Amino acid sequence: MKSMKTWTAAAVALLSMSTATFAADTIKIGEINHYKRMAAFAEPYKKGIELALKEVNDAGGVLGKPLEFIFRDDDGKPGDAVKIAEELMTREGAVMLTGTILSNVGLAISSYAGEKGYIYLASEPLADDLVWKSGNPYTFRLRTSTYVQAAMLAEEAAKTDAVRYATIAPNYAYGTAAVEAFKENLKRLKPEVEFVTEQWPALFKIDAGAEVQAIERAKPDAIYNVTFGTDLQKFVREGTTRGVFEGRKVYGLLTGEPEYMDPLGEESPEGWVVTGYPWYAITDGPGKTFVDAYMAAFPGETPKIGSLVGYMTVESIAALIKKAGSTETPALLEAFKDLKVATPMGEITYRALDHQSTMGAYIGVTAVENGKGVMRDWSYKDPAPYMPSDEAIAAMRPAK
Amino acid sequence: MTAVLKVTDLVRHFGGIKAVNNVSFEVAPGELRALIGPNGAGKSTCFNMLMGQLKPTAGKVFLNGEDITGRPPREIWRLGVGRTFQITGTYQSMTVAENVQMALISHNRKLFSVLPRAHRLYREEALDLLETVGMVDQADRACAILAYGDLKRLELAIALANSPRLLLMDEPTAGMAPRERINLMQLTSDIVRDRGVSVLFTEHDMDVVFAHSHHIMVLNRGELIAEGSAAEVRADARVQEVYLGGGTLFAAEDAHA
Amino acid sequence: MAMGLFVAQLLTGLANAAALFLVASGLSLIFGVTRIVNFAHGSLYMIGAYVGVTLMNVLPGHFGFWGSIVLAGLITGLIGVVIEMCVLRPVYKAPELFQLVATFGVILVIQDLALMIWGAEDKLGPRAPGLKSVVRILGEPVPQYDLALIAITPFILFALWWLITKTRVGILVRAATQDREMVGALGVNQAWLFTGVFFLGSALAGLGGAIQLPKGGADLLMDLNIISAVFVVVVIGGMGSITGAFLASVLISVLNVFGVTYLPQSTLVLMYVVMAVVLLVRPYGLFGREEKAGEHGQVGEPDRPIRPFGKMGMALTSLLLLGLALVPFLGSSFAQVLIVDILIFCLFAASLQFILSTGGLVSFGHALFYGGGAYAAALLMSYADTPMEVAFILAPISAGLLALVVGWFCIRLSGVYFAMLTLAFSQLGWSLVFQWNEVTGGDDGLVNIWPSAWLSDTTTYYYFALVFVTAGILFLRHVIHAPFGYALRAARDSARQAEATGIDVRKVQWMSFALAGAIAGLAGALFVFSKGSIFPNELQISKSFDALIVVFLGGVKTLSGGIVGATFLEGAKDWLIRLEYWRLVLGLVIIFVVIIAPDGIVGTLRRLGERLGLRRQEEFMR
Repeated sequence: MKSMKTWTAAAVALLSMSTATFAADTIKIGEINHYKRMAAFAEPYKKGIELALKEVNDAGGVLGKPLEFIFRDDDGKPGDAVKIAEELMTREGAVMLTGTILSNVGLAISSYAGEKGYIYLASEPLADDLVWKSGNPYTFRLRTSTYVQAAMLAEEAAKTDAVRYATIAPNYAYGTAAVEAFKENLKRLKPEVEFVTEQWPALFKIDAGAEVQAIERAKPDAIYNVTFGTDLQKFVREGTTRGVFEGRKVYGLLTGEPEYMDPLGEESPEGWVVTGYPWYAITDGPGKTFVDAYMAAFPGETPKIGSLVGYMTVESIAALIKKAGSTETPALLEAFKDLKVATPMGEITYRALDHQSTMGAYIGVTAVENGKGVMRDWSYKDPAPYMPSDEAIAAMRPAK
Repeated sequence: MTAVLKVTDLVRHFGGIKAVNNVSFEVAPGELRALIGPNGAGKSTCFNMLMGQLKPTAGKVFLNGEDITGRPPREIWRLGVGRTFQITGTYQSMTVAENVQMALISHNRKLFSVLPRAHRLYREEALDLLETVGMVDQADRACAILAYGDLKRLELAIALANSPRLLLMDEPTAGMAPRERINLMQLTSDIVRDRGVSVLFTEHDMDVVFAHSHHIMVLNRGELIAEGSAAEVRADARVQEVYLGGGTLFAAEDAHA
Repeated sequence: MAMGLFVAQLLTGLANAAALFLVASGLSLIFGVTRIVNFAHGSLYMIGAYVGVTLMNVLPGHFGFWGSIVLAGLITGLIGVVIEMCVLRPVYKAPELFQLVATFGVILVIQDLALMIWGAEDKLGPRAPGLKSVVRILGEPVPQYDLALIAITPFILFALWWLITKTRVGILVRAATQDREMVGALGVNQAWLFTGVFFLGSALAGLGGAIQLPKGGADLLMDLNIISAVFVVVVIGGMGSITGAFLASVLISVLNVFGVTYLPQSTLVLMYVVMAVVLLVRPYGLFGREEKAGEHGQVGEPDRPIRPFGKMGMALTSLLLLGLALVPFLGSSFAQVLIVDILIFCLFAASLQFILSTGGLVSFGHALFYGGGAYAAALLMSYADTPMEVAFILAPISAGLLALVVGWFCIRLSGVYFAMLTLAFSQLGWSLVFQWNEVTGGDDGLVNIWPSAWLSDTTTYYYFALVFVTAGILFLRHVIHAPFGYALRAARDSARQAEATGIDVRKVQWMSFALAGAIAGLAGALFVFSKGSIFPNELQISKSFDALIVVFLGGVKTLSGGIVGATFLEGAKDWLIRLEYWRLVLGLVIIFVVIIAPDGIVGTLRRLGERLGLRRQEEFMR
């Protein structure tokens, strides 16, 4: 049945040769993403956007006009994304850009946006460089910073008596940054810790058996995990089979996000301290409203963190344009300064300091309930206490 | 007069097999000399060593008194040796004239030049050489569409491009019609006469050998078993023996003579 | 204890080798018999995994599990047959390696079909019933399923060995590996032999995908994630050798396990270092057969003689350039950005076509020099504060020098082994850039690499790129018609004759490789300054293949094929990517073009023009 539906969708898509619609007077936002290359992440994200768009436009749009997103696929290639950014801004009439999951594509668009003077809201990329080391006046970022999430886990880790740590992270920029942030914070909180092994599997090419053996060989007290997606699945399965997690604390960055927990199902790890998104356990407030609206809009679907980020992206942009009262770039830039947005996670602020939003993170302990991986004993944490100092951030950002 | 080519005690082993064993001979200036022998006698191995495609196990090759043993083909060519192949090796994607021009470009050491247009370079000289082999009317045809006999003639023109003092021709008439064979060998004889080139060739067709060579060497199982004029070789008992049943060959030759 | 760990690691490596061996042996078999480099082999592996996981969720118990694996293999084999009959059979007569363009189209089609059928979410593979726990060997835990894999692999190797050495089919397959024409002469229907081999090869890939399920799962990225490792294995083992594929899988997998322990940050680099070293010591792999010169080089009709542009050609080129020069007055700034992208790709493709068509050197790693040039410029700007103009000039020089070094190693091989060594070097370069975070920024690349102020305007940069691309392409075209280009063609047409007439074939090829590298580097430099950033994907295997594909698509036996192909593909993609299922459509378009234009777009148009009398047959063809 499902495939029948997708076939029909495909046929319809084939017939409508362009996604750009010709509705007369809308405010257009250019949304660039890897809808195909990273379908597992991009689809929920796009649904989140669609839901929020509907709500915003049902409520009359912004500045009296409907808000419209132009979705464009970049095939995961930074060079293509830059080309599309130019097309969206100069030919499609977009007022600003948003999107991307992969850090490198985000960085490419950010660099281009900085050069050309286009506003870019990096919604999902994980690289903190976007707002810190490679920050520029035109780039803003929504998603919780990697540094902050690692610091939250380090805080939890420091509370235990584990001293010997093993780390495992995909061998690319995000992985290294995530491990560095964890080490930095943990060493500060608990100087006696030592890192007995660091494992760096190539992204999506993990040799899980070998990784588990290498970790076991180092006899750590605790493990810090940054792997995700299929790497995580393989790591969890081999690790569980070979008993490497037994008697050890495990800290998992993003491990609790539904994108990664859902495929694991009943094999989800238990007792890991993770950051994630426990949508199933949010029982009231705007968080609950969002979950209900999402499940009503997409029957049979459950929200992922990407859905939430997509939703918050639209809310941020709507709030931005309302505050600016215009779609001109200078007005938008001005409005972005300490912009406050009401979201399912509560109110967030785009800090004037570094253009990073104050979206926080849910941290909790994993468990398996009814054949599904969930987070228990979770809490939502505000990022402010975990950020580097304002001076440190200012020093990181390049001079204008 | 020094020999153009002098070969002393040339040996080549392949594993345990002695493909060429202690072969020595000289080629005099202006001489048209044949190297014959049954299949597998070592003719091609011998040729490949002379031209540098194969390194000898032992022995020396001298060109105009200079030791060229084991040097690569392109260097030997630069010393004035031209060669034609048993299976033609022409440049399929070029025209007939360009094939010859290519050799002339190489001879004039312009291979790494990126400025001039190659198809105009040395065209006159190339046409002259094609004239010599009677191919000038086909100069601008693609090599790929030539008849086999024409390819052989073209290869001869290419071999003449560096004004060689010695031409090595490996079965020059293989695969040709009888009429063409006679023409080609006549052409070769003329070239020897007009240009003072020495020619060493191998050949299967005894008609060709006996009709045109000044001197014949017979190779069998890697060893020279006889040499001399056509009549001498024909009379040699060991040669008779090697070409067992070759009576027909000689009979044919007799009829021809 | 240390002994126990050592044994356990060895067993992990052996278990990992299982899936790799199955996929690699299939690719090797297909290549050995049909000479098709099947890029889509990873897609068949992915299909095997998805079909396997679907069946396992339906069929219960032991029988269900193992039955699913076998069925997944059979179904994948049948899909392979469909691909062979519909896509490849029509293009067997095309120039060698042309088929890889078709297989590239197949990859795109399968990617979208898999997404439509199975959805975006990763599928975790079910565990094998009865083999869910571990066995303690010398105190170390070893998963039971690992032991099952280790036991099964030699059995499959033996079965393949038996099939190939003891059965009539196998004898035909072996004969075809040695000499295709011979099999035809024996009265065997070659088409059906190829189909059969495709079935077997695809089934092995599907089996590999299904058998690894308990250690992983099925996801949409697994097709491209495995393909480079599979190529490495096939090359190390020797193209066409099953035993070689087995030994190489074990070698790579075991090395990888120890690499994880002792060199955890260099796992990617390690594999390609091993590949490069093996090829340098044993150019044909462990069990490969030497490729005779020219054995497979010139399939189909030979290239035609070439002439510089006549009046007509000059007029058309001038007109085209004039049109391009007018774009900023007529088109949007996006049109300029798009055309710059296309121009850069054209220059890159033209540089590959120079060595590929004129030189007969099929490089699978040309992106190394494109990315190399781009990175040279970016690194100079980032670390040495080099002025942009200087960095721009140094980029092609650096790429040329890199090509000089890499070429020195590669040029000693020929044919498909040359291709594979270039692939090994480019992957080595890519993995270095990807994993050397401190210097290259790794995956996060180098950003803010912008041109000087006088060039930063879109239109100014457009003219800048137009001038350099035009100059680069015209220069290459001129070189092709110059003595050097002729020498290169001579070396390709008949290395024997070339050597016998004073041409140092290797040196000519080496220099051309360096020149092509430098021009690719120029394209890379234009790219980096147009985008302002550079990432490792610009020197990845897929970038090399992009260029390869457009050269074949445009026409490998023409001079302008690469440029036409690049314009066509880049233009088509820019347009189609707006669709929901753009990969499916683009894949089908590529397959369609391949089938109707087996001589490439330019080659086929030329032939068509002649047939219809629209175009005079060239004088030298009469």
